[in-house]
Amino acid sequence: MMIAKKPISFVVVLILAVFSNFSYIENEKDNEEIQGNPINTQEEIDAYIQHHLQDAHDFVLFTNGNTGHHIGFPLPIIIWDEGIHFFSSSKFHYGEEVAESKGKYYVLHHEKIYRTDATGTLALDDHHHPTNVRPLDFSITKSVVGILLTGILMILGFGSLARGYKKGPIPTGFSRVLEPLVLYVRDEIARPNIGEKKYRKYMGFLLTVFFFIWCLNLLGLMPFGFNVTGNIAVTVCLAMFTFFIVQFSGNKEYWKHIFWMPGVPVPMKILLMPIEVLGMLTKPFSLLIRLFANITAGHVVVMSLIALMITLKAAFGPVVSTGMSLFLAFFISIIEVLIAFLQAFIFTMLSSLFIGMAVAEHDHH
Amino acid sequence: MDQLLNDFSPGLFFVQAFIFLVLILILRKVAWRPILDALQIREDSIQEALDAAENAKKDIEKLQSKNEKLLDEARLERDVILKEAREASNKMKEETKEEVSKISEKMIEDARAAIITEKHAALSEVKNQVATLSLEIAEKLLRATLKDEKAQKALVDDFVKELNLN
Repeated sequence: MMIAKKPISFVVVLILAVFSNFSYIENEKDNEEIQGNPINTQEEIDAYIQHHLQDAHDFVLFTNGNTGHHIGFPLPIIIWDEGIHFFSSSKFHYGEEVAESKGKYYVLHHEKIYRTDATGTLALDDHHHPTNVRPLDFSITKSVVGILLTGILMILGFGSLARGYKKGPIPTGFSRVLEPLVLYVRDEIARPNIGEKKYRKYMGFLLTVFFFIWCLNLLGLMPFGFNVTGNIAVTVCLAMFTFFIVQFSGNKEYWKHIFWMPGVPVPMKILLMPIEVLGMLTKPFSLLIRLFANITAGHVVVMSLIALMITLKAAFGPVVSTGMSLFLAFFISIIEVLIAFLQAFIFTMLSSLFIGMAVAEHDHH
Repeated sequence: MDQLLNDFSPGLFFVQAFIFLVLILILRKVAWRPILDALQIREDSIQEALDAAENAKKDIEKLQSKNEKLLDEARLERDVILKEAREASNKMKEETKEEVSKISEKMIEDARAAIITEKHAALSEVKNQVATLSLEIAEKLLRATLKDEKAQKALVDDFVKELNLN
């Protein structure tokens, strides 16, 4: 039974990986039809990739290429602009129309909501960024849907693992997969870095952040086109959690090492102070940039490799260019599965390392 | 960098922070705490079982060494007892021998004494017999000698003569 199961799940993963690439292609074609001209220049491909990397206010599954009709569902828009505005994203009509709510007009420009007038005029600056007011956008965007989905899956999965222990000490079914992962985070990440005595307090954050990032990374590889952990706002938020946890759990020794480094002459202490304060900030900054850059790069590489199909068509002909692009994209997708885990691991590992540095007892001084 | 800042959505940041915080709280309540507690309990019980096994092993070893010691002691005691018994029996044998020899000596002594007594008795008996026989012989001899009157008279005369002299 076990032998039969394994290849099937492997095949499923492969299909998902390949299918996700096809879905990108599909989207590219959709875009062609909407724009009215095919995406076959480097600039247009870049623009399409840029579009994918951004958050979206609609959940589009497929688009009918001939009619430009989108198959998907709108998501709720929640904006704070001198009062709360709540309406469906279908009002924007995929960014083509001006939405009106409580006497105010909004327009969707590159998946960002700007306040505008009834005709939807946008004043663009030199960088082609609109200068219109951007109200605070608390919408349930595609990323938020991904986050909520991940949260629900985690609560269900780990909740069932927790309930399983009431029946007996050995988990059964899918929990058997989850338990070693929990043990891995506890024994390989938290314990060695934070220390036997204090690790328990931080397990809630570390476990949540590990599985959260991993699930979202994997979700990003699936065909729905999520890109949550490649969104800078999300990684900033995660890194901020680490930052505040580290600062709040910092003991006397930790602060002393930052502001008045022991064991060095006074001029050095003064010199080290700004460096250490900067270090306090660069640690979470490196966390957020690393995660963001890795996931974004992964998506860009996969999509660019698929775009090879179009860019190399002139040089090699359609069959060779398609074959090459699919082979390379498949290969990179496999690597991306690895990176999905690796980045979750690194984020959690470094978070626990920073926490460990903040709570460490310095016996040698 | 400009692109990054433009892409940063403060709304998404707050929504994500809120959801993530709630997720941590919920998961801590429904998952992490019970899971970690259960794992801890399981590990503790495994550790306990291992310790118990180790202790049992040690106990058995202790018991074995104790048994060995007891056996050694018993062996020693046995040796001592055997030695004592041997000595005792030897002594007894010695004593018996001595006693026997004493008794036999005494018996020999007694026998000797008895023999001497018997001898004396026999000798005196013989002496008496000899005396009686000699008397009878003497009587017969006298009778034979003193058959005639003359002889008797001469003898009487002798006696009288002896008596007169006294």
